[in-house]
Amino acid sequence: MSADEIVDGAAPDAAEIVLSARDVVKTYGGTHALKGVNFDIHRGSVTTLFGENGAGKSTLMKILSGVESPTSGQIILDGETVSFGSTVDARDRGISIIHQELSLAPNLNVRDNIFMGREITGPGGVDYAEEAKQARQLMAELEENIDPSTLVADLRLGQQQIVEIARALSVDSRILIMDEPTSALSATEVDVLFRVIHELKAKGVSIVYISHHLEEALQITDFAVVLRDGSITATADAADIDLEWIVRNMVGAGFNLGEPPTGYEFGEVALQIDSLRVPDVENPDRSVVDGVSLDVREGEIVCIYGLMGAGRTELLEAVAGRVPFTGGRVLLKGEDISHKSIAERIEAGLSLVPEDRQRDGLVQTMTVSRNLSLASIQTFVRGLFLSRRSEQALVDDSIRDVRVKTSGGAAEIGSLSGGNQQKVVIGKMLATKPDVILLDEPSRGIDVGAKAEVFRLLAERAASGLAVVYSTSEVGECLSIAHRIVVMSRGRISAEFGSDTTKEQIMAASGEAVVA
Amino acid sequence: MTRSDDGLTKTGMFSGGFSLGKLILEGRAFLALIAIIVVFSLLSPDYFTFHNLVTMSSHVSIYALLAIGMLLVILNGGIDLSVGSTLGLSGIVAGYLMHGVNLKAMGITLFPAVWVVVIVSCAVGALIGVINGVLISKFKVAPFVATLGMLYVVRGVALLITNGLTYNNLEGKPELGNTGFDWLGFNTLLSIPVGVYVMVIVAIIGSIVLNRTVFGRWLYASGGNERAAELSGVPVKRVKIWVYVASGVCSAIAGIILSSELTSASPTAGNSYELTAIAAVVIGGASLMGGRGNIRGTLLGAFVIGFLSDGLVIIGISSYWQTVFTGAVIVFAVLLNAVQYRGRRKKQKPGSLPPATPSSGTEPPQAAPVLEKTAG
Repeated sequence: MSADEIVDGAAPDAAEIVLSARDVVKTYGGTHALKGVNFDIHRGSVTTLFGENGAGKSTLMKILSGVESPTSGQIILDGETVSFGSTVDARDRGISIIHQELSLAPNLNVRDNIFMGREITGPGGVDYAEEAKQARQLMAELEENIDPSTLVADLRLGQQQIVEIARALSVDSRILIMDEPTSALSATEVDVLFRVIHELKAKGVSIVYISHHLEEALQITDFAVVLRDGSITATADAADIDLEWIVRNMVGAGFNLGEPPTGYEFGEVALQIDSLRVPDVENPDRSVVDGVSLDVREGEIVCIYGLMGAGRTELLEAVAGRVPFTGGRVLLKGEDISHKSIAERIEAGLSLVPEDRQRDGLVQTMTVSRNLSLASIQTFVRGLFLSRRSEQALVDDSIRDVRVKTSGGAAEIGSLSGGNQQKVVIGKMLATKPDVILLDEPSRGIDVGAKAEVFRLLAERAASGLAVVYSTSEVGECLSIAHRIVVMSRGRISAEFGSDTTKEQIMAASGEAVVA
Repeated sequence: MTRSDDGLTKTGMFSGGFSLGKLILEGRAFLALIAIIVVFSLLSPDYFTFHNLVTMSSHVSIYALLAIGMLLVILNGGIDLSVGSTLGLSGIVAGYLMHGVNLKAMGITLFPAVWVVVIVSCAVGALIGVINGVLISKFKVAPFVATLGMLYVVRGVALLITNGLTYNNLEGKPELGNTGFDWLGFNTLLSIPVGVYVMVIVAIIGSIVLNRTVFGRWLYASGGNERAAELSGVPVKRVKIWVYVASGVCSAIAGIILSSELTSASPTAGNSYELTAIAAVVIGGASLMGGRGNIRGTLLGAFVIGFLSDGLVIIGISSYWQTVFTGAVIVFAVLLNAVQYRGRRKKQKPGSLPPATPSSGTEPPQAAPVLEKTAG
């Protein structure tokens, strides 16, 4: 492991290293996304960045491509310290990025998306013919039969990803960052992409590659870098490493996230999901959840593992009533709640802690206490009015129970760290006194200490009879408090394990560590 | 820039913490009002007299009633452009009823009592609110567009009812048992116009609803983050419909008071008042993005606008300049809002990764909020 050569923050060798980050720190509010990262991109090679969700990979790439600026630290391009004011700035210096979240305008056609922001102009305005010609060439290069005048909204997800790749290729950049470019591609399309990557390398383009498909990524990697919880944990030449090395460094020596609680019998079946089917919003003929059945007993903790797009979020949101399902039913303690509203399901004892706590979990304009009491507010009504005293009592209890570190209930919710914000969302839903709680990636974007606390809290509640279902895309978290691990792949349950399984088994069942 | 919001966080930590900048920022509507009173008092001896203050307050009460309804809508993240038209129509409905309902089939003319007139007018306002609310929450029409449409429809209906004419002499007749309509706006209690009392009562009710009821909490939550509110079990659609109903009723009350003050109802009354109401809410410190604002600020905002425009009239400045001044005050208020909320909004995104910005560097489209902003 040649990690020591960069850990000291020494200036990079400009002949070998084209772009590097030195001591880069990035904080969002109270959350440290990157904690002093030193990262080098090797000239004319593929540098692959490995790491679990929330490790800070995307944040680092956004900083290197000018989408965001670092809180502190330096970016060094060809031996010179630079600061990118914007993505345009970075692009002018030859750096382009393929985003993990597609950044295409669905209302425009393929040609307009590829040339968005740097339209080819002639004397008569935009030269659409030339743009279309170049777009067609790019598509030919990527062996994809997409007409440049097709609306992006009409393409399937994999084809949209191809357009995104084509856009990055059209810039003729020296450094190309690919953040999860293959998540929606078929095996053939991945092969084509890898051939293109080899051609780019031959032309001297430096590539940063990020993927959850570890074995697939290893095929094209020249240099491997592992990021964990905002810090680089290992770097190595691809020739010296294997899959096991990556997983070990990604997951870490194993911060103990807890054990499944024991010493009690499970109760009745609390939640019964019966061949649930959720259609794809973009393409109603397809199902994102395809006939999933699952029973969860009182006191049981079930972990749902799966890659991005496996249907975890859709499953949980359908059960909670946020997205409609076309087939199957959901029973809570034997009662069919399939046609109830979200509010009625909460009332009946089923709560969801959503995946994206900024978008779906918190009301940023309200204080910590008002966020905490929001879901259970109707229990404080005395006559026409809210009882401030009973609300305050609940808030105090919640802050203590879920161990929110805050200056007080009156604090702005944005002043809390990510982990504490997550505890507020969990505390809010626990205050509704649910029988079943669903948590969609409860550990997303929070540090490992907060993770452990969240899991401990869930284990405690399970021991007193709560049925817990949580989803995760980090295999290390499956083997913590869960009594049972359910693996989802392409909308279906592909395997079920007890708590005595191994990481390798879980990853194999999800399709992650298997060559397609 | 990120430093300035540390001040805000700290006051949360040290409750009762003192920061002059923050105090001026938060109390800006109040300070502006005091400045307006002081300046005009110096410029004109007639300004700071009891009589003038009473007159100005009764003008303010109309704006304030509209603005309170508007505040509820804006807290929800919406906008209601139909309030001026609703004010006009409710006055016309009142005038129509005061002049007697001619039932041809029975050959009689019915003169409803004043309380019936008031209730029917308010019901008309509520109905307009229901239409707005249903369009917006059930049919997903953008609030700006739905209420803009209603602005025209309602105004058109008011003009149709009277054929463009004005109802005069709304005092009623003792022999018909419908006297007292003019009492609502024209009369005074303890030398203060009834309209001002109505404003105070509506403001108190509004304040209690916002601060002490579940509905108020639901409103702040769904305005602050509708998705999060929905997932917490807040009936966001129902809340949305009710705020437009409340706005409609507030406008109707304002319409009744205005036509009572003038003892006449014109179908063009309240033209462009929706913009005054929005301005009052904004000056009062509410965020057009929803979720932030309160009744106290909105009342102050209404007083700022009313006292400013009346002051300009008293010192004899041309009405063209009045328009310029009012506009400048509104722009300045929005500017301060941006300063106040910018730091906080930046902090909304931390924790999870913010949505990717397209590599072209353009902002992700946010059509609705932008539209709403231009309304202010």
